[in-house]
Amino acid sequence: MDIPYTVQPRQDTGLYNAKVGIWLFLASEVMLFGALFSSYILLRVGAQEGYWPHGWLNIPVGTANTVVLITSSITTVMAWASCKMNQFGKFKLYHACTILLAMTFVGIKSYEYHDKFTHYSIKLADGQIADGHLVEKSPDFDMVKKTGSITIHGHVVNLLNKQGPELQNELKKLYDLRSPEGRAIEHVELKYTAPQIASLETYGPWHNTYTAIYFTLTGLHALHVIGGALVIGFLWGPGSKLWKTDPERFTNRIEVSGLFWHFVDLVWIFLFPVLYLL
Amino acid sequence: MSDAIAADHFSHHIRRYLFVFYALLFGTLITVGASYIPFGHRAVNIGVALIIACGKAFLVAGYFMHLISERKMIYGVLAFTAFFFVGLMFLTVWATHDFPSTSVVH
Repeated sequence: MDIPYTVQPRQDTGLYNAKVGIWLFLASEVMLFGALFSSYILLRVGAQEGYWPHGWLNIPVGTANTVVLITSSITTVMAWASCKMNQFGKFKLYHACTILLAMTFVGIKSYEYHDKFTHYSIKLADGQIADGHLVEKSPDFDMVKKTGSITIHGHVVNLLNKQGPELQNELKKLYDLRSPEGRAIEHVELKYTAPQIASLETYGPWHNTYTAIYFTLTGLHALHVIGGALVIGFLWGPGSKLWKTDPERFTNRIEVSGLFWHFVDLVWIFLFPVLYLL
Repeated sequence: MSDAIAADHFSHHIRRYLFVFYALLFGTLITVGASYIPFGHRAVNIGVALIIACGKAFLVAGYFMHLISERKMIYGVLAFTAFFFVGLMFLTVWATHDFPSTSVVH
């Protein structure tokens, strides 16, 4: 038995069923990301003055990834338009670009994640904070046994016995890297033995509420990119056989997968300024 | 519809898609540039960035997702979504007054 309304629109909705389905799904996705955006607002507004990070992410890299995703959106819509114009070869070309751009986006995002997982915040035994990227850990480095050493490329911040404007200025060296104080930081190579260190952690999701919401939002978005790329990859590869037997149905599949892809782009349009710029 | 007629029918759509693509790129550059301009208060920077983001979102949803000319049912679904989304955001903004005046920082 054939599945009804894969091509012909239903009389009551005026749409083929998959289109109704994808829009209902996207509506639920709006609420999913909406809940996370509202969490972001609560965390940001609730943060103590001077402690919400600003400038922790690489703006040129984020901008490049935005351009990659926008470009993938135009290749997606062009792939669909090519199907509509009965130009299967062009469809293949455009969607090959989409898949490559999706892989580029995930690659750049992985680079950014790696940067955060090698960025250390070290609370020293004397109460100061050393902050910077890992250069090397000695093979015997162990915080439990208190052996070995760690070297980072960074700077030291002293928040002890500081209050008011003095504390705020010092905090900017750690949290507001786009401020004059943050930009004036000079990074040097710093080496500490384990006994000199009270505790240390990377800038992973566990570091603070900013990194927690950053990894949650961008991680969920990246999963959507990967999921969308897999579907588009299937339709570009083995799924494209349908073009020979039922081109209209295949074109509708391309439209539905494209709607999802544009939604992923749309989410990033808000994520980029919120996380990178503001 | 023959291939030639179909191509001709879609050519103006394609020109529009390309225009939207360039507008999105331009919007991205404006967003980044505006973030470097000190408007006096960070809330203004946030407002400017979100207005540009809304403009870009309108272009993507309106033209790439064809919401400019969609069926009534889709608009109905999205009207419900918009209602609950806006409600969620308003509840969040109102709830921010529930925060204690001093937070604990570890």
